[in-house]
Amino acid sequence: MNDPIVAPIENRGVSLTTQEVLVETGNDTPCVMRLEDVSVSFDGRAAVRGITLDVRQGEVTALIGPSGSGKTTLLRALNRMHDIERSAVVTGHILLGDTDVYARSTDPTLIRARVGMVFQRPNPFPTMTIYENVVSGLRFSGVRNRSLLEEAAESALIAAALWDSVKDRLKSHASTLSGGEQQRLCIARALAVEPEVLLMDEPTSALDPIATKRIEELVVELKDRVTIIIVTHNMQQAMRVSDRCAFLLMGDDKSGELIEFGPTAKLFSEPTDPRTLDYVNGRFG
Amino acid sequence: MSVTTLDPPEDPVLARRAAIQLAATSSLRRRKAYSTAGIWVCRAFLLIAVIPLLGVILYVVSKGLPAWNVDFFTQVTKPEGIPNGGIKNAIVGSLIIDGIAVAFSVPFGVVGGLFLAESDGRIAGGVRLMADVLTGVPSITIGIFGYIVWVKNVGSYSGLAGAFAISIVMIPVIMRAAETALRGVPGTLSEAALSLGARKFTIARRVVVPAALPGLITGVLLAVARGAGETAPLLFTAFGNQFLQTNPTKPMETMPHTIYTYSSQPYADLVQIAWGTALLLMLVILVLNVGSRLIAARLGRERG
Amino acid sequence: MSGGTVSRRRRFTVPDRAYRFALAAAAALFAALLVAFVTAMAIQAVPAFSTLGASFLWGTVWDPYHNIFGLLPFIVGTLETTAIALFLAVPIGIGTALALAYLVPNGLRAPLSTTVELLAAVPSVVYGLWGLVVVAPFFAVHVEPTLTSLFGWTGLFAGPNQGVGLLLAGVILFIMVLPTLVAISRDVLAAVPREQVEGAMAVGATRWQVLWRVVVPGARTGLLGAFTLATGRALGETVAVALVIGNSAHLATSLKANAATIPSLIVSSFGEATGTQLNVLFAAALVLLVVGIAVNALGRFFVRSVKRSGAASVAVA
Repeated sequence: MNDPIVAPIENRGVSLTTQEVLVETGNDTPCVMRLEDVSVSFDGRAAVRGITLDVRQGEVTALIGPSGSGKTTLLRALNRMHDIERSAVVTGHILLGDTDVYARSTDPTLIRARVGMVFQRPNPFPTMTIYENVVSGLRFSGVRNRSLLEEAAESALIAAALWDSVKDRLKSHASTLSGGEQQRLCIARALAVEPEVLLMDEPTSALDPIATKRIEELVVELKDRVTIIIVTHNMQQAMRVSDRCAFLLMGDDKSGELIEFGPTAKLFSEPTDPRTLDYVNGRFG
Repeated sequence: MSVTTLDPPEDPVLARRAAIQLAATSSLRRRKAYSTAGIWVCRAFLLIAVIPLLGVILYVVSKGLPAWNVDFFTQVTKPEGIPNGGIKNAIVGSLIIDGIAVAFSVPFGVVGGLFLAESDGRIAGGVRLMADVLTGVPSITIGIFGYIVWVKNVGSYSGLAGAFAISIVMIPVIMRAAETALRGVPGTLSEAALSLGARKFTIARRVVVPAALPGLITGVLLAVARGAGETAPLLFTAFGNQFLQTNPTKPMETMPHTIYTYSSQPYADLVQIAWGTALLLMLVILVLNVGSRLIAARLGRERG
Repeated sequence: MSGGTVSRRRRFTVPDRAYRFALAAAAALFAALLVAFVTAMAIQAVPAFSTLGASFLWGTVWDPYHNIFGLLPFIVGTLETTAIALFLAVPIGIGTALALAYLVPNGLRAPLSTTVELLAAVPSVVYGLWGLVVVAPFFAVHVEPTLTSLFGWTGLFAGPNQGVGLLLAGVILFIMVLPTLVAISRDVLAAVPREQVEGAMAVGATRWQVLWRVVVPGARTGLLGAFTLATGRALGETVAVALVIGNSAHLATSLKANAATIPSLIVSSFGEATGTQLNVLFAAALVLLVVGIAVNALGRFFVRSVKRSGAASVAVA
């Protein structure tokens, strides 16, 4: 259980008998990801700092706040997307189950196979077919077993509500799909590797209202299968889909900090912090 | 603390997840090895790409510098065996031929570039393609063309024929560079001039071309660098001349031609002259290249 | 159109109509130049076809003394040298371009790119000089014996170690086409949208997998264009090849043999050619020109279609 490279099988493990699981105090939902005093800075200047929160399994956790508050920066730190940025430094602890995401001995590609990401604008690989897109993550991770690939692809496409539309044209290219379909393809691609967490960075901001609604429905459907962390600048969306919300705000030092974190309903109706109240009442943002 | 019962382990999602994690971790070492190997091979290739340049420069400098003496610059080419040879005739010939070529190519190229910059139609697209294609056409064919048009009709080799051939090399380069430079001028400038009632010609002459000057100069210098280094177009146009010749209607010697003819000579002193000429030629081209970047940067900065 | 009302001074100006006409005339003249180029060459080549028929294009023997003109040895030589050059240039070029676009620290990117681009500024004749005087002896003493002992069994390395010959010409040609190939490839590889790179990373790809399975395929049209333009350059390269290829009119079957290309043939025999031989050389030049134009146009088309589509065309409805 202490080997950081081998992914510890999550709380619902493969043991043959029921297993007692230690859970968080105050609530019986296990925590799949935990952030402790996380900061991200570029060239020495902090973009987001002092973030401490825990993400519970099977829930949708939303990161909300006005632009510039560091939501996306924080999200990208969770699957080590900042690794390509030489000027980026991430401090604090990010724990995925028992694994320290930023430990020296942790391999980023393994983290990314456990923590998937869907981006703001759909980005299917243009030179690959629909099928190849969906199984790309599996192939990258070294999965060769044909039946496993096909099984995972079908399951992911069904979960992304795309299977019926594409099952007869798996060999056609991704560019033949509409914007909303492409985003669901990207979701399927992320789901195919069976991640434990799915990060979504404003996934509907480039889509029309109908496509947006379908994705939001999808998010709620998917949360049993994979824990979701979603960044959104749309408060109503956060209210509709999330179980808990983290409100971030840019402080005087131009870096984002966590103002309030709690169940969505409470955050929007009776927030503790006055700044949260202002934000959810639309006074700024 | 409370206890949670688990779902039965036959959950296909979990089973798949376990299988995928297993595949990922067991293949990790192999995948990382491939990744590292691929990356280092690419970097090694980069090194391989850089080595020839260093090699050429090294040799040209080390073998060419000893050839540089007073005679080199003041004497004309002498046949093998006769000492104190130089390349004065080649230097002068290159200057004259390239000079005539520039005088002809620059106006033609800039006007052509203006045409391309101001038009977006299919005709302009066709002309643009022609210019691009002409920059890549085998240079020997340009020389043959020059031969057909000039030498055959006039009856003799001449510096003018050589200048004509070099112009064909330079013009498309200048045209495309001019187009890029002119398109880079913000449209707001010419719109402002237009709203003041200026004619198109005036706008071009007083607003657009001056604003594009850094890019134009860069383009011209690069075209000259390109033209000055060409040999094949000169072989059957300017032909070559053992003696100093300043009359462009006669055959003339040029630096590339000297390098070419002396490279394969079995006489060491002639080969040395070839190296010396190569050094001079490369120096000129280097200065033109670097100079064009500097001038462009300087003028660009002054305009803010 | 009234002139500016600010000043009443007479300024030299030209009516718009005349201005546009002058521009169009320059462009037309340029187009006419290109047309004249091909036509003039064709006119000079016609007598060869009428005297010899078209068969000289694939004739295998070149013997001017007996009026036998077969261009096949030179066509094959051109193709062989080009093939050698591309065989080396494609992997090394793409690898170099990948390195420049993604695998070197930001500070080194510009200087290294400039260095590779400077390779293109070296005149062809200087490459020829260097190749003949420096590289050929090195080849004869070190490279050719090693290659012969390693690969002699393929039959491609028959003959003496002269240094000059097909292999050297191919290698020099490789050095000459590399900068163009690298410059264009680097641009198209770097132009692959960042969202593709991030998408691949996010789904668990290693760095190399991102480059090899997403970036390179994503740039493939542009890379094809770069490859095509490099081919065009290699086919037409004259002086450097002429100096190092050994100039023999026989069809070369060994990499160490002397050979010739169409450009080197023209260079070596144009000066003294007369009559039919001269016309044949014009015909050879015409073939070279037409192929050069076609390959270049094709290459430009590929490169341009990349720029037009913005590198990755994904329809977002």
